[in-house]
Amino acid sequence: MDQKELRLIESKCIQEEPPECTAACPIHIDVRTFIANVARGKWEEAWKILRKTMPFPGILGRICDAPCKEYCKRKGAGQAIEIGMLEQACVKTQAPKQRIIPLPKKEKCIAIAVSKLSGLTAAWDLSRKGYEVTIFEAGGELGENLLSMPDEMLPHDLVREELGILFSLGVEAVLNSSVDDEKFLSDLLNRFDALYVGPDDGGLSSNFLERENVFSGGFSHYKAKSPVWQAAEGRWAATSIDRYLQKVSQTAGREKDGPFPTRLYTNIDNVAFATAVKPLDDESGYTPQEAMQEAGRCLHCECLECVKACSYLEKFGSYPRKYSREIYNNSSIVMGPRQANKLVNSCSLCGLCEAICPENFAMQTLCLEARRDMVQKGKMPVSAHEFALLDMQFSNSDRFAMAQHETGHESSAYVFFPGCQLCASSPDKVKNVYAHLRETLSGGVGLMLGCCNAPAFWAGEEELFEKQFSIFSGKWADLGRPQIILACSTCYKIFKENLNKANIVSLWSILDETGLPRDCTVIKSDVPLALHDPCTTRYESALQNNVRNLLQKIDQPFLELTAKREYAECCGYGGLMQNANPDLAKTVIKRLAGKSSADYVTYCAVCRDNLAGAEKRTVHILDLIFNKDGESVPAARKRPGWSQRQENRLRLKHDLLSDLWAKDETNRKDNDGIVLNISSEVWQILEDRRILVTDLEEVIRHAETSGQKFFNPDTRHFKTSLKLYNTTFWLEYTTSDNGFTIYNAYSHRMVVSGKEK
Amino acid sequence: MKNNYASPEDLRWKCYKCNIFLSVGPATLIYMGNKIKAQLPVCPQCGFVFISEELALGKMAEVEQILEDK
Repeated sequence: MDQKELRLIESKCIQEEPPECTAACPIHIDVRTFIANVARGKWEEAWKILRKTMPFPGILGRICDAPCKEYCKRKGAGQAIEIGMLEQACVKTQAPKQRIIPLPKKEKCIAIAVSKLSGLTAAWDLSRKGYEVTIFEAGGELGENLLSMPDEMLPHDLVREELGILFSLGVEAVLNSSVDDEKFLSDLLNRFDALYVGPDDGGLSSNFLERENVFSGGFSHYKAKSPVWQAAEGRWAATSIDRYLQKVSQTAGREKDGPFPTRLYTNIDNVAFATAVKPLDDESGYTPQEAMQEAGRCLHCECLECVKACSYLEKFGSYPRKYSREIYNNSSIVMGPRQANKLVNSCSLCGLCEAICPENFAMQTLCLEARRDMVQKGKMPVSAHEFALLDMQFSNSDRFAMAQHETGHESSAYVFFPGCQLCASSPDKVKNVYAHLRETLSGGVGLMLGCCNAPAFWAGEEELFEKQFSIFSGKWADLGRPQIILACSTCYKIFKENLNKANIVSLWSILDETGLPRDCTVIKSDVPLALHDPCTTRYESALQNNVRNLLQKIDQPFLELTAKREYAECCGYGGLMQNANPDLAKTVIKRLAGKSSADYVTYCAVCRDNLAGAEKRTVHILDLIFNKDGESVPAARKRPGWSQRQENRLRLKHDLLSDLWAKDETNRKDNDGIVLNISSEVWQILEDRRILVTDLEEVIRHAETSGQKFFNPDTRHFKTSLKLYNTTFWLEYTTSDNGFTIYNAYSHRMVVSGKEK
Repeated sequence: MKNNYASPEDLRWKCYKCNIFLSVGPATLIYMGNKIKAQLPVCPQCGFVFISEELALGKMAEVEQILEDK
């Protein structure tokens, strides 16, 4: 990603776009921050916000006609915020002290022959920029038309006081001038470098107005009467004059000088209806209390649609625009810590943000690209994905992977690929489904066990993915490229992206079309189950429909979650979030589990197990359809742990080979009859620390054959360690006739060496 | 002593092979090409290094993370 691409990506996130009020304001006052300060009674802060952008805030704050109000999003849930009245309430409070420090004097002088708010604003801006400014006033006092307003609305003392600021900045006023006389104005051009006139006063020739050092303003219609539009006009004139005198472009970067349509999206679906606060006394407007109450209705417009929907985006405390910058910086670092590694590796790559975002910002694309970049540069933290990649390696090894034609067939019209995690979670269901498919489909239904290599894809390991996927494709080609029946939506997604779509079909579509097993003893629940769509089915509406049809066919009542179909939420497994950021994955699954109080039904084995692991009663749809094992309450089934998940796969392959193909191949490593006694507390430790029983067996085997261990005479426990893969495992245990009792296990990645004597 | 990560409880362990109580001695920790010297509980005879749970899951995990993000 280069700077240009970064800007393109960044610009898709609209969180930093201005709210409607600011965009609609001709001088773009930061209304949102102003109102936030009013709501908290921080009057000085509110004053300062007005002052930042507003000329003569004491004056304009009282007479601003607030064209922004028309655009206020609050209108959609009650009434627009009374922004004008809030300005009035603010400027009636004591103004905080200020010191105006103008820029260094410039050797240019400017004449202003408009004494309306526009001319005064131009004088306000230009004098601060260091220009010598002289205002030519037709009347006998500066600001005559402001002074013609009623004193109750705009106290005359205040007008004089605020205009006095101009004098303190060195502005001169020449009263009783013939500002409508072209001859008089032409003379001014001999003495001044630029002149600002208001043609709405009429009478000036176009020849005069077209001179390059004459700047004119003036609106027709209502804008001419609008104080804030007048101020805006003066501001633009000041900018033009400044640029003219600085000899820079008049137009560059001024697209947003006046009101513009903002791209900011603010969802008001769940905003409670509320009408505007009515002041007790209409004449004098809001009291400070009333203003605070009214300001409290402000929605503080912002987008954050994706952040509201995603615990990951929320967790890192910001929003995609900022994240894309952090990720870009992370990949550009040559020396020093890469602080965004965790950000890059924690995304579940589920794509919910893209589905929700009004501009389709895709955090998953950004994170996946960043991971690939890190892998290529050798900068990917090993610990982020290693456990999952080792599990993938296990699934693709001879211990689990296999490819067979159906017994008695030389070819296959179909091949069932249940996916590694369904086999890890429910090996018996895999057997049931395979039996059913053989019974219903003709032409031979082969079987392939293995992993679709999603972990490598998610980890950004492109080379590994290509290599492993081509091994899979080779085995599939050897079977004659039969249509692949997929029970896992992650496999479906991976295969769809890497094989011709005609080569794959989901199990749910097959079951929906060919019917349910004849001897199907459906365990259904009378109360509705809440249907959770796996995030990998996000845009697979046909597949989602198949599942709904199946639930109807078995008469299982179900209800839809709000996070359904296109808006499905991840269970924390996607993108290897669970590996890179286990704590976040816990938050994510809890959030998903809390979507409904009903028991869940889903059609992804990992979603099922993760929900079950978060104490959420959940069934896999296969638990309902194929219930040959007689489980009476499938929703109460516990999540099998990491070790059990490998054991289930080992046993499944072994059973299938011996039952269906009469092959008695052992696919397990010899464990020398090592028996481990593990309490439930220690099991939990092993789960949390992702330590497999097979690893423990190796550590013990090594300790017991080498004698390399420690002994504690107080507890009579042994402790030993062994480095496997990139990890050193430690184990505390005792020995007895009944095997080995495990007390504790932990691991580290640093390699330790002591001095040999 | 700086970089000393041996606690009194650690020194209650004996090297099984050498049948000697552990004592504090120099050891080297290596990760991603970085070498860190530390004082750890080791067997004074064969040099077998003992890593406690506290050290593995605390300081070591922290340093591993820092080095991985470098």
